[in-house]
Amino acid sequence: MSIGPLSTALWRASVLFALGVLAQPSSDAQAGQGVTAPSAERSEEILRMVRQDCGSCHGMTMKGGLGPALTPAALQSRPADSLVATILHGRPGTAMPPWQNFLSADEAAWIVQQLQRGLPDAR
Amino acid sequence: MLARLALTGFALIALAACASREVSPAPGGDAGVVIERATGSVQVLDPARRAAVGRITGLGDLSHAAVVYSKDARYAYVFGRDGGLTKVDLAAQKAVARTVQAGNSIGGAISRDGKLVAVANYEPGGVKIFDAQTLTLLSEVPSTYGTQGQRAKVVGIADAPNDRFVFSLFEPGEIWIVDAADPRHPTVRKFENVGKEPYDGLITPDGRWYIAGLFGEDGLVLLDMRNPDAGPKRILNGYGRGTEKLPVYKMPHLRGWAMAGGYAFLPAIGRHEVLVVDATSWQQVGAIPVHGQPVFVMARPDGGQVWVNFAFPGNDTVQVIDVAALKVVESLKPGRAVLHMEFTTTGDEVWISARDDDRVVVYDTATFARLAELPARSPSGIFFTWRAQKMGL
Repeated sequence: MSIGPLSTALWRASVLFALGVLAQPSSDAQAGQGVTAPSAERSEEILRMVRQDCGSCHGMTMKGGLGPALTPAALQSRPADSLVATILHGRPGTAMPPWQNFLSADEAAWIVQQLQRGLPDAR
Repeated sequence: MLARLALTGFALIALAACASREVSPAPGGDAGVVIERATGSVQVLDPARRAAVGRITGLGDLSHAAVVYSKDARYAYVFGRDGGLTKVDLAAQKAVARTVQAGNSIGGAISRDGKLVAVANYEPGGVKIFDAQTLTLLSEVPSTYGTQGQRAKVVGIADAPNDRFVFSLFEPGEIWIVDAADPRHPTVRKFENVGKEPYDGLITPDGRWYIAGLFGEDGLVLLDMRNPDAGPKRILNGYGRGTEKLPVYKMPHLRGWAMAGGYAFLPAIGRHEVLVVDATSWQQVGAIPVHGQPVFVMARPDGGQVWVNFAFPGNDTVQVIDVAALKVVESLKPGRAVLHMEFTTTGDEVWISARDDDRVVVYDTATFARLAELPARSPSGIFFTWRAQKMGL
């Protein structure tokens, strides 16, 4: 996919930028990805979007629907940056739409981290 | 009668519990359910009183759910995302049978004689046929295609005449008709290469036409269930005329149909349009510009109006198309994340679920006045029991 490297570069740039501005939350340090968590309020909003709107195709519990499952097991072997690119730009030729009008690169990276760890239980 | 019996919910529960025999609604009893998608529950509705009269829990993952009714409208068959199929007794307000029959399902149908329930499954792909009374598994039809033994996701299942079910296969683009006259030994008739990625299907209210919508290309597929030998034929081919599609944030739903004034109203994929097709010639009549990408396009029972809701991010709005004028005449904001609309038997009212505001809103369809609001937890589909007497629902 031709957009992959560009979005990866953008993502890295924005993550580096974010790191420069904000202190990295310690809970994310173990993943070693330098992903910055959004504010508590925005996190809640994003998780709701993931469950409800991503869930339209991937299932509210991420076990899959018309779109594939997004459980930790399903995503285990997938590189985070390609998943971030998929969220931001969609996958042409499939039903996966781009979400870049609704999510920043940082937020997409945070979503990937949450999905790979397993979504928190809160509703 | 159900409504009246349920008027004092305590009395009903007491009666059901003490007498250990179940209370029957009168034939044609007016009731319904609303799915509470995040909590795996349904509320039992009394449309005449604009009230919820009870809640039934433990129905599994209802993040996507569908409901069909027994012919006497007493039992609701609830199809959940997790492959759960639950038979709910609306009179006794409890689940009376339940099976988790697959890993991932999209919906189901009930045979026209009410004896068989068929479930459309994504994982493992195929259709399973159950005895409607006991939910005993009678047979399975795997949706195997190609040469590698893959199984397709099954979408758009509907009842067809003579104990048949019709459905589509998403990946290979096929329509299959299963004849379940002998439900333990069903036979399958396949139509291959009908179009790219059928995402849902419907049976018209007269029970005759099966229409599958395509995601992968602009167009729909029409199959005459009275004469399937004629084969599937393409309608509304290339309706977008080569213009770029918008990204699709939620698949439209075709079931619920909108046949009105001699037209069929259908959602365009990736466009802010409702397509209008002549229901006799199946030629396109026009395309009505609307607020967003349509999800449900549903005709009021008298055919005078068509109501439309929309995909994210336009999902706070519902629009009303006047069928005579073929244009939008009203826009409403029932709440955040409108997921479904259901007309009452006569269409005087429409009930609308607003997921993110945890409420069901009731509108007068003549005046557009807001008549009532009912609290519900993340409500999605609303299903009234008039569906029990309809084909294709």
